[in-house]
Amino acid sequence: MNAIIVSALLGVVMMFAGIVLKKTVQIQGVAILGILALLGTTIVDLNLVGAETNTFYHMIELNAVTAWFNVLITFCSLAYFTLFSKDIAAVGKNDSDYFALLFFVMCGVYLLSTYSNMLILFLGIEILSIPQYILAGSDKENIKSNEASLKYFLMGAFSTGILLMGITLIYGATGSFDIFSESFIAQFQSSGGLNTMSFAGVLLLIIAIGFKVSAAPMHFWTPDVYDGTPTAFTPFMATIAKVSVFVAFIRLFHLSFGNVSNDWQTAIAAMIVLTLLIGNLTAVYQQSVKRMMAYSSIAQAGFMLFAIFSLNNLAWRGLILYSVAYTLASLGVFAVLIKMKDYTYEGFNGLAKKEPILAATATICLLSLAGIPLTGGFFAKYYVLSATVEQGKWIGLVIFAVLMAAISAYYYFRLIRSMYFAEGEAELSYKPTSLEKTFMLVNALLLILLGVLPGIL
Amino acid sequence: MLIVLLILVPLIGGLLAMLLPAKMAYPLAIITSVTSLIIAAVSYIQYTQGAELIIDRTWIEILGARFHAGLEAGDGLAVLMMMLTAIVFPFIFISLSNKQPEKANTFYSLMLFAQAGLMGVFLAKDALLFYVFWEVALIPVYFLSSMYGGPRRIPVTFKFFVYTFAGSLIMLVAILLIYRHAPIRSFSWDSFVSIGRAMPASEQTWLFWMMFIAFAIKMPVFPFHTWQPDAYEQSATPVTIVLSAIMVKMGLFAVVRWLLPVIPLGSAQWMNVVIMLSVISVVYASCMAIVQTNIKRMIAYSSIAHIGLMCAAIFSHQILGMQGAAIQMFNHGITIAGLWIMVSIIENRFGTQDMREMGGVAKVAPLFTIGLVVISLANIALPLTNGFIGEFMMFNGLFKTVSPYHTLFTVFAGLGIILAAVYTLSMIQKVAYGPEGVKTASFTDLTMNELVVMIFFVLMILVLGFYPKLLMDLIYVQP
Repeated sequence: MNAIIVSALLGVVMMFAGIVLKKTVQIQGVAILGILALLGTTIVDLNLVGAETNTFYHMIELNAVTAWFNVLITFCSLAYFTLFSKDIAAVGKNDSDYFALLFFVMCGVYLLSTYSNMLILFLGIEILSIPQYILAGSDKENIKSNEASLKYFLMGAFSTGILLMGITLIYGATGSFDIFSESFIAQFQSSGGLNTMSFAGVLLLIIAIGFKVSAAPMHFWTPDVYDGTPTAFTPFMATIAKVSVFVAFIRLFHLSFGNVSNDWQTAIAAMIVLTLLIGNLTAVYQQSVKRMMAYSSIAQAGFMLFAIFSLNNLAWRGLILYSVAYTLASLGVFAVLIKMKDYTYEGFNGLAKKEPILAATATICLLSLAGIPLTGGFFAKYYVLSATVEQGKWIGLVIFAVLMAAISAYYYFRLIRSMYFAEGEAELSYKPTSLEKTFMLVNALLLILLGVLPGIL
Repeated sequence: MLIVLLILVPLIGGLLAMLLPAKMAYPLAIITSVTSLIIAAVSYIQYTQGAELIIDRTWIEILGARFHAGLEAGDGLAVLMMMLTAIVFPFIFISLSNKQPEKANTFYSLMLFAQAGLMGVFLAKDALLFYVFWEVALIPVYFLSSMYGGPRRIPVTFKFFVYTFAGSLIMLVAILLIYRHAPIRSFSWDSFVSIGRAMPASEQTWLFWMMFIAFAIKMPVFPFHTWQPDAYEQSATPVTIVLSAIMVKMGLFAVVRWLLPVIPLGSAQWMNVVIMLSVISVVYASCMAIVQTNIKRMIAYSSIAHIGLMCAAIFSHQILGMQGAAIQMFNHGITIAGLWIMVSIIENRFGTQDMREMGGVAKVAPLFTIGLVVISLANIALPLTNGFIGEFMMFNGLFKTVSPYHTLFTVFAGLGIILAAVYTLSMIQKVAYGPEGVKTASFTDLTMNELVVMIFFVLMILVLGFYPKLLMDLIYVQP
């Protein structure tokens, strides 16, 4: 709860830090201190779970799972800041503003994980998105960055419209914005089936939220935006911003729409199939690793949708584990990618000889993304698929997902092949310091830790 | 405790080998593998004295997965496989002492990781743990075969990897589907067996094929074998030994431990189809072996033929046949490891794998020839070598099987013995006798370390051939 306020304040502080502090190293230091403070705040917030006074007139509700998610996602942001702070500052001249925008995104993240009112959901999605539109265009002199920003903004504005329409229809049907209010719950009971207005509302919400998590067929913006955005910001958009929308998704659909799951599960199942199919098959044909990671993020979203699809406790645990494992793994791959001169697979040829630590950490992260045992990614996939099997219906979907995971191994291992077995001179744009290498190693070791003992989350 | 050490010692050894300087890697690998051989021997002795070595701890509470591994009464096959793994690795390392691979620390650490994974596969009693080790054993081998070996190794290994990875994912789905029926969340072997007993036959069919395909790819059995000759030919010989002596046994072992007891009706129902595929493997691979000119490909096909026979015997559902297969799994591991070491000597001295360029070695290298002949005779399963008793029992089991086609199966599988004699003896003839090849004159006899390794394998072959009771006692069950 306090995290919402602290993150917004930190955003303001960062903006002023740009005026006061002249050296970019100092600004980066302030940003990392800020995210540490934010991490502390979320840990303190763990004590607020269940306290009645903190519901802000039924706008916000903090339960044990989301409080824990806040801690973990802030920890992931800390990993992002430590791995990328130098690259963020190097994007352009306004380095303090970039950090400020990132803190505003974090504010949106906390709103999305704790909302109990549709208005806060809307606010959260907007607070999350608008800074991202700016970040996408932050490399002002690069036409691709401009294109990404414009495209993201236009498409995002569209989906916002759809989201509002959905909220309106549901408000019309229930007479309430509060997703835990009696009139709201009464409308979404399994008995009578949904009336047309609320059914249309639910479908519109699925479309709007599906857009934000880049689920097919609402994924078309993703590759271009992720590719055009400066590489320092892509990992943040593809991971932390994305998984927090997933938490908003599961919150609404499990806690409020759970009783009418028959009405919307088919739509989610169709989205899962399309997302996995398009994400994985298209990723196979990419020549640029950055674009491959964009499609891979679509494919991984397909797996996270399984958590939305299955209504049980394991799905929540699975989504949280998936969020962390996917975030850390993607951050690790991007941390290596950003240091490369050439983003194609050929550009990685022979990296293992030149920079063994970079190649090793990237390999562990790729193994995790592919879902190989003893990395966090395996248990993440296992939890969400297991949740669906436990639910007992649509088993065919699980088999399909497993086949898709086999395809995903192809493109992840292609990069491992380039790094380890292909001959070449991988050129780096700058040489990483030993401190950066240490952070990357820690990140990779965390993934292995999650793979050995997933129970700690 | 011993069980944990069996997995942990190679793992730690591998980590150390990776972190320490390259010249430390070789002694470290020897020390680690010998240590695990000693631990394995101690476990073996304790097991034969009736002790149960078990570790059982909560691993992932929410899933009900436990770190449950060990050797209990009736786990004779697991003991054999554990011993095979522990024996083969030190001798691979000793045979390498006079030709170190490049980037030695990477090589040895990956080899030791593979050993840890293999140990885990043979010891795991929890399905999820088993799956994890199953994959963990694959990853280091993927890197090893991609880094060391022939010019086509990278695409070939990739094919091998994609094949086996896809297979094991299908197995994972099967595990999930069985796990779904557990009354309390559990992956334990006991729970899986009791679920399997209660499951209707129609559902077992699907689960059977899902699991069998994963295991069949690993063995490999026709028609899932296409990755194998290429992978054996292109991998460096130490890696090929790991693949053919131990890794393919994972598939057979998994059938015995995780398929037959867990999916009993499915296995019984599809028995004839599987035996037919296995017998096709035997005949087809034997014929292919005869026409090969590349020595490594020839042995690769011979390995498919032998594995096919073991698979058929396991699915015969006869105690004698299954016991024979268990003994043969161990003995084949010993024989094929010895054979590959001989091949690697040939390959190094001749600088080629083409048998047409070899010949006349017997004159210049008598010791080497003795070793080659004895090990090859074991490959044909001549009486008084270790291969005989297992093969005899397997045929016996296959002949007694309740299938209406049992005579047909036995006759065609029996062709495999004759064909094995054809290709193995012609290999000896081409290498050791006949006209001298271009490089035969410079073929030096065995060096000291090679001699040690050869004597060990020849002794194993003869001792187990004369006195197979050592193995029989382990897997004997009161009929």
